[in-house]
Amino acid sequence: MNDVQQGYNFAYIDEQTKRMIRRAIIKAIAIPGYQVPFGSREMPLPYGWGTGGIQVTASVIGKNDILKVIDQGADDTTNAVSIRRFFARTTGVKTTEKTSEASLIQTRHRIPEQRLNEKQIMIYQVPIPEPLRWLEAREKQTRKMHALAEYGLMHVKLYEDISRFGRIATSYDYPVLVNDRYLMAPSPIPKFDNPKMDNMPSLQLFGAGREKRIYAIPPYTKVTSLDFEDHPFEIQQWEENCALCSSEKSYLDEVVMNDEGERMFVCSDTDYCEKRRRQGHIGPMGTALAAE
Amino acid sequence: MNTSSPILSVQNLEKNYGDQIGCTDVSFDLWPGEVLGIVGESGSGKTTLLNCLSAQHAPTNGHIIYDTRVDGAKDLFLMSEAERRLLMRTDWGLVRQNPRDGLRLGVSAGANVGERLMAVGARHYGEIRSEATAWLEKVEIDKNRIAHLPSTFSGGMQQRLQIARNLVTNPRLVFMDEPTGGLDVSVQARLLDLLRGLVARLGLSAIVVTHDLAVARLLAHRLMVMKNGRVIEQGLTDQVLDDPQHAYTQLLVSSILQP
Repeated sequence: MNDVQQGYNFAYIDEQTKRMIRRAIIKAIAIPGYQVPFGSREMPLPYGWGTGGIQVTASVIGKNDILKVIDQGADDTTNAVSIRRFFARTTGVKTTEKTSEASLIQTRHRIPEQRLNEKQIMIYQVPIPEPLRWLEAREKQTRKMHALAEYGLMHVKLYEDISRFGRIATSYDYPVLVNDRYLMAPSPIPKFDNPKMDNMPSLQLFGAGREKRIYAIPPYTKVTSLDFEDHPFEIQQWEENCALCSSEKSYLDEVVMNDEGERMFVCSDTDYCEKRRRQGHIGPMGTALAAE
Repeated sequence: MNTSSPILSVQNLEKNYGDQIGCTDVSFDLWPGEVLGIVGESGSGKTTLLNCLSAQHAPTNGHIIYDTRVDGAKDLFLMSEAERRLLMRTDWGLVRQNPRDGLRLGVSAGANVGERLMAVGARHYGEIRSEATAWLEKVEIDKNRIAHLPSTFSGGMQQRLQIARNLVTNPRLVFMDEPTGGLDVSVQARLLDLLRGLVARLGLSAIVVTHDLAVARLLAHRLMVMKNGRVIEQGLTDQVLDDPQHAYTQLLVSSILQP
């Protein structure tokens, strides 16, 4: 690309800061699920928009990487477009919307439907890295609970869900146990995506900018979603298939169409949906796309 | 469990806050099934002593030896913190003066009672819930209120809920800090009745801190009177209250209002 911004370091952040973040990442990989503090920097976008994920991406991105950014599963929403353009302008790396082409995938809210491989790295933007935070406000206490693996409290929350709603109603940021040791918040991905984290071939990195924490799941690591024996973990299901590509096993968004309340269900992963339509899977509202 | 040795043995316990004496020179043995009352005016070191005994504060000097279920007698502060915390949520109970300190106000009564069970590995919702229901009945809380938040409970109910939450793991030793403080007299009486019944039925050992001599007389087998951080008199409850030897104890006993 030729519209690379002049006067900025490669990937915006200075090299010393990148080294500091990489050290935190290495420590995070060494202790799967453990939250490593790091010196989060001011980024040219507000907290809550993915400053943690951006700092992690900036620290691991190289000239030959191909970057994909998703927001709510889609490549074309504001946040995804802005972050993708930010890295295109500060690094000049190639960007893509295709999951299979990407070597780095920065995400908010979703894991792509397509199975990832060992050469790819997932980077999650995390708003609240501490899964116990809503139950225990004191950082000193939550750290001690992690240190001693005292995680009974997390089940109190799930118990409360069942006692109120008759089932575990937590549907996103569903707590997981990493490598049978650390309790971890998987960022606000739907619990639909939790099983994908288990034994995933690619490295998963999590960055929380405001809370100044980095954590990681190395490739092929056991990730278990918490549950009760008589209320086992289960993922969301839909009565309809995707209206565009008729997929019956992807995560669907409900879209209200008009004032009469008509609605459609459509894949949240836009790349997956397009790919299926190119392969000839057409739903009731979908149009065929030319094969590549 | 060995019934011929004390469950808790305290030797020359001392806790200082800088130059201030919290409590000093405290030694006693607590035997299985025994209820020990600690009385004294406010500022006499009762709560400091209880905090040390229940391993919440490290003492400055002295030893606290606890007779653990598995490993026999062990010095509390030579254990690892993990062991101590496990002890605190299984073998011990701690009933605080203000139930709001001892309860988790954001979750339902059932979750409050079930928390300890989940902390020691219970992972079956149905079983946790039925256990919680049973305990609510034992402390005379309507089982229909299992899904209600403790903040909708009256003070007396909150205190009873706190007791249920502590007793659910069948502890052997319960620490109580002014368990009836802040409750009106008739509620106090019911709570004391309940506590006395539970302690007797479950064969609990307990240490009860109170400034209320009536509470001490009802609950405690043995009494320790504290003043300025020191134990000035100890003995059987009736003996201490009916025939106080120390001038301060005499003052304390004589200052009870007769209705």
